[in-house]
Amino acid sequence: MDKVIYLDHASTTPADPAVVTAMLPWHTEQYGNPSTVYSLGLTAAQAVQEARESIAQAIGAEPEEIYFTSGGTESDDWAILGAADAHSKKGHHLITSTIEHHAVLESVAYLEKRGYEITRVPVDGGGLVDPADIRRVIRPDTILVSIMHANNEVGTIQPIAEIGKIAREAGILFHTDAVQTAGKLPLNVNGLGVDMLSMSAHKFYGPKGIGLMYLRKRNRISPLFHGGGQEKGRRAGTHNVPGIVGIAKALELATVQMADDAARETALRDRLWAGLQANIEAIYLNGDPARRLANNLSVRLDGIEGESMILMLDMEGICVSSGSACTTGSLEPSHVLLALGIPVEEAHGSLRMTLGRSTTTEDIDHFVAVFPPIVARLREMSPVWCANCVCKQRN
Amino acid sequence: MYSELVMEHFRNPRNMGVIEDADGVGEVGNPQCGDMMRITIKVKDDALEDVKFQTLGCGAAVATSSMVTEMAKGKKLDEATEITNKAVAEALGGLPPAKMHCSNLAADGLQAAIEDYRARHAAG
Repeated sequence: MDKVIYLDHASTTPADPAVVTAMLPWHTEQYGNPSTVYSLGLTAAQAVQEARESIAQAIGAEPEEIYFTSGGTESDDWAILGAADAHSKKGHHLITSTIEHHAVLESVAYLEKRGYEITRVPVDGGGLVDPADIRRVIRPDTILVSIMHANNEVGTIQPIAEIGKIAREAGILFHTDAVQTAGKLPLNVNGLGVDMLSMSAHKFYGPKGIGLMYLRKRNRISPLFHGGGQEKGRRAGTHNVPGIVGIAKALELATVQMADDAARETALRDRLWAGLQANIEAIYLNGDPARRLANNLSVRLDGIEGESMILMLDMEGICVSSGSACTTGSLEPSHVLLALGIPVEEAHGSLRMTLGRSTTTEDIDHFVAVFPPIVARLREMSPVWCANCVCKQRN
Repeated sequence: MYSELVMEHFRNPRNMGVIEDADGVGEVGNPQCGDMMRITIKVKDDALEDVKFQTLGCGAAVATSSMVTEMAKGKKLDEATEITNKAVAEALGGLPPAKMHCSNLAADGLQAAIEDYRARHAAG
């Protein structure tokens, strides 16, 4: 294979060369620790402050409301465990949804084992949370609502502002995992009505290992990391200065390009879906057809399994992902697809294509040419596929 | 993740398809598990004259199916009944640990096909 066609941008993105260039001096010449008082350290502290200001401006926050973390998982864990710990006197009830990222679901499961009560609100067939469901399950002892901004598998965008309004009226902390929307959708923490928001740089052409949490002023959560007094004592650990410079640069670039990226990716994504529908029978869209991320196409195919499709596409130099059991690292297929009401056997046959800045029309057309023969071959191999009885496949 | 031999069998599966007038048919797994295999056999002089497979599943499921047909073809039925899932995995140079339980069913499929043949033979 000469060229890789990368259609897995929801998994990670390549760092923008301008981001890497901005980071480089902070590894070598400007290696000072921002917590020191001599000039070398102060220069680094200045860079961290400028990054904080730039990010705050991009999301409508105050600089002192931005806390740097190691990424999306740390931010999600911190929001949930930190809120649960700080507000345990008020209550032990948390609300989330059935389609959250594992960083959220495993954190609430951890709390559940320790006596907290968790309500996981369901989603509709497209993956949407109904804000009325949130209102209905709020209790006097509810301490946190955590609902993701957009889903990583099916791309469905949640009505965060409406949920934020409900949480605010009830006086309950509201967290959103914005890992899939940061750099893709305009984020304004006041417009969204969130008290906490997680993001991760490597999802928007920044470096891996750096993320952040927005925490609204006058809100209290306990620290997860204990140590030196960095980040006002709320997140200990020497600042990752190159990463902090990198995430700020990446968000700055993404904010400028956001509208163009979205328009281009929507057109390419729609071209891909039209091409696949025209050339493959028994292929179905996962997620909400309208309220979805511009770069996401999640589908499922009758009669074949996800990992086989991934391996065959990999032989053609194409990178995609699936929600089949084999690719989730467990015996169960994706919890997201099942929560959408997709039958288990169909969830095994799912495939996710997520486009990005490097995706071209040629890439899409190549995919549309290469994929149907792979589907035909795997269906020929399949004991459950019957070429002349698609109707029977669907009952 | 997979050995080169597993990938080679995945890329070029041996004996894929269905024997239309099979003497025995074995089916194991189910679509809910994400793995399902159908083995069809043709028996002549108490030996496996032909063995074919159809498989729904991951790379390991396809490779083990392909390998079991190669191992079984030409063998006397009594010898073929000695083929185990473990032996198939070993012949492929091993499988990732997570795949040993969910996708390593091919020998069970072969055994089911031989049992089906014997049941029909006894009945006939």
